[in-house]
Amino acid sequence: MKVNVKYFGQVAEAAGKTEEKLELEKGASLKEFKLKQIKQYQIPDPDSVQIAVNQDLVDDKELTEGDEIAFLPPFAGG
Amino acid sequence: MNGAIPPEKIANSIANHQSKTSIGAHSIFLGQIRADEIEGKTVQAIGYSAYEEMAEKVFHEIREAAFSKFDMTCAHIYHSLGTVKTGEICLFVFTSSAHRKIAIEACNWLVEEIKAKVPVFGKEILEDETHQWKVNK
Repeated sequence: MKVNVKYFGQVAEAAGKTEEKLELEKGASLKEFKLKQIKQYQIPDPDSVQIAVNQDLVDDKELTEGDEIAFLPPFAGG
Repeated sequence: MNGAIPPEKIANSIANHQSKTSIGAHSIFLGQIRADEIEGKTVQAIGYSAYEEMAEKVFHEIREAAFSKFDMTCAHIYHSLGTVKTGEICLFVFTSSAHRKIAIEACNWLVEEIKAKVPVFGKEILEDETHQWKVNK
């Protein structure tokens, strides 16, 4: 299944990209996918990275076709 | 909005509420870019980026929640995207109510919610063109 992955702030800097489309196994777990991306791109301070799936913050879930998965570093608004 | 929030926008927002005569109090929060010193280098500007679709959604949810929580007449929120130099305004929160306590409490509540929940990211640009990423305290 295809998912759309977005990276922001220092995560985008570490990944060297802001977006990519990836092919994952059906029913892949978000937690495992997050760990894999953190390792692959050596994302700094991984404990501070939150994930939004389809614009909602979640810790873990079973991913589905077409999900938009966003890697969000600490918020710094205001 | 793109770039710094001009002071004229704030003045115009106040003027736009003069016809709403049930309002007895406005409260305004303005976030300004501070020239912090980081390892001997001074911050020149912050480059803001956001997960824009989610930020819009969260701003909307926070605003709706504020209306359920506080008896406000109006609430407006503006946040900068892109580069904002030190001394310039990057956040403008404007609440209005019949009485001061509600306007002030609602404004404070909105600012805290925005800082905690809206996916906005800030790159602090230093004088030697290097940068570091800002984290809200």
